[in-house]
Amino acid sequence: MSETDQREVVLESRELTREFDGVKALDAFSFKLHRGEILGLLGANGAGKTTAMNCLLGLTLPTSGRIFAFGKSLQDHKIEILQKSNFSSAYVSLPGNLKVWQNLLVFAHIYGVRDPKKKIADLLEMLEVTDLRERVTGQLSAGESTRVNLCKAFLNDPELLMLDEPTASLDPDIADKVRKVVRRRQREHHCSILYTSHNMRDIEEVCDRVIFLHKGKIVCEGRPADIIARSSGSSLEDVFIKIARDGEIVDPP
Amino acid sequence: MNFRTISALVMRYFFLYTRSPMRLVELIFWPVVDLVVWGNVTVFIQRNTNAQFGSFILFMLGAMILWDVMFRAQQGVAISFLEDVWTRNLLNVFVAPVRTAEYLSATFVVGLLRIAVTGLVLCLISWFGYSYNIFSLGWWLIPFFLSLMVFGWSLGMISTALILRWGQAAESLAWAVPFFLQPVVAAFYPVKDMPAWSQPLAWCFPATHVFEGMREVMKTGAMDWTALVWAFVLNIVYLALAGWLFVWILNLTRKRGLLTKFATQ
Ligand SMILES: Nc1ncnc2c1ncn2[C@@H]1O[C@H](COP(=O)(O)OP(=O)(O)OP(=O)(O)O)[C@@H](O)[C@H]1O
Ligand SMILES: [Mg+2]
Repeated sequence: MSETDQREVVLESRELTREFDGVKALDAFSFKLHRGEILGLLGANGAGKTTAMNCLLGLTLPTSGRIFAFGKSLQDHKIEILQKSNFSSAYVSLPGNLKVWQNLLVFAHIYGVRDPKKKIADLLEMLEVTDLRERVTGQLSAGESTRVNLCKAFLNDPELLMLDEPTASLDPDIADKVRKVVRRRQREHHCSILYTSHNMRDIEEVCDRVIFLHKGKIVCEGRPADIIARSSGSSLEDVFIKIARDGEIVDPP
Repeated sequence: MNFRTISALVMRYFFLYTRSPMRLVELIFWPVVDLVVWGNVTVFIQRNTNAQFGSFILFMLGAMILWDVMFRAQQGVAISFLEDVWTRNLLNVFVAPVRTAEYLSATFVVGLLRIAVTGLVLCLISWFGYSYNIFSLGWWLIPFFLSLMVFGWSLGMISTALILRWGQAAESLAWAVPFFLQPVVAAFYPVKDMPAWSQPLAWCFPATHVFEGMREVMKTGAMDWTALVWAFVLNIVYLALAGWLFVWILNLTRKRGLLTKFATQ
């Protein structure tokens, strides 16, 4: 559990609240992400996961609350923090009319990657998309472009990585490979990862710890196995459904 | 400011242009059409009228070209930003370590390169097609060009800010920004022939000083340095104002959560 985790805190939010037209999409959201930890952010559609991620990336300003990354305030050290972070989402694409290698080369330069050609080749191979190198990005299938987006997200060997539904639209085989890649990144680079997904299989396999959001509030937090044990459900999926419908997990009698 | 970041962003635009030939066509096609039409009109008029009217049309031609410089600089900045919107790439850029000043500088460079390409093509065609060397008008054209380009950048930033705030619905409005100013910057007629009430307004824009300066040089052959100084000073004011507006709107969109909505819709 986070309270006892002795590792360095890489990302932290304190009482983060974000309102849209008076409705709280995120409500006093406080959490800590430690070095080398993969934290899953779960919740029903509209629970506030993407909003949380957008605030943590500085894309959306919180209505109130503070964010710290690498011990520094996001507001005051944004560029420095973004240099060590990266992000990928199924809903953001790379310029569609460029070739895959062109897009990756541009971002490699933006992040100041040393030996970009080799880095790009390595990443394409790792995600098994080397054959897409010369393809036009806009013509890739959803799953192919998701993997190319992941290559972009790994370009700068981020210490902090935010992945918004990285396995959406991947077939089971590729999804499995992506999970393994994410795991390997965490192991070999001690990368801290914030991860959202609607696929509970994903979460159980990838995440060390999860946070359940319901209407912007944290309703439950802990290791997937502990949460399942605590609730009356038999799987994370059961817990998910319970929270989505009732807004809480009912402890077994 | 990091030069590496700026050059990476410029590289991206370079790839975009080489990947989409239509953009190159737009860069060269319209100016060439403009030039050929006006070149032919000039030849026609010069053959059929007296010398005085001929010099009048030379005024018009000069004004056309200078206006085009400003318009294309504005477009260069606005289009660069829209490329990111159209390709849904905006968020990738905003989560990368790119400072606003670096992003804007890259669009300025693209504006500069666009003008260089267009200008080169126009000069070559007018030279080979009409034996007309634009620099026979004098090297003072260069500072005037630069002044208009910088003013175009400011207008481009204002257009971009409008699009950021009101989304793609404001796109056509953004294109029109230079044309809102066309009546008051005295591109095609001298300030003294404008209605009296609008004259003080006209002098508020750097472009007015350039166009007036251009007419002065054409008439007297002597360079009017005060016009250039005014244009320079006003340009700095406008650059600062437009930059401030852009940053302010960018923060506003972050505050309202519009940035992410807008960038993924
Ligand atoms: N820019 C915005 N303007 C207004 N409301 C917004 C905006 N962004 C998000 N919301 C609202 O905030 C709430 C949380 O949305 P969010 O996108 O964070 O959900 P999510 O947990 O990512 O859902 P999903 O699983 O569908 O991706 C929703 O009710 C949504 O309508
Ligand atoms: Mg979401």
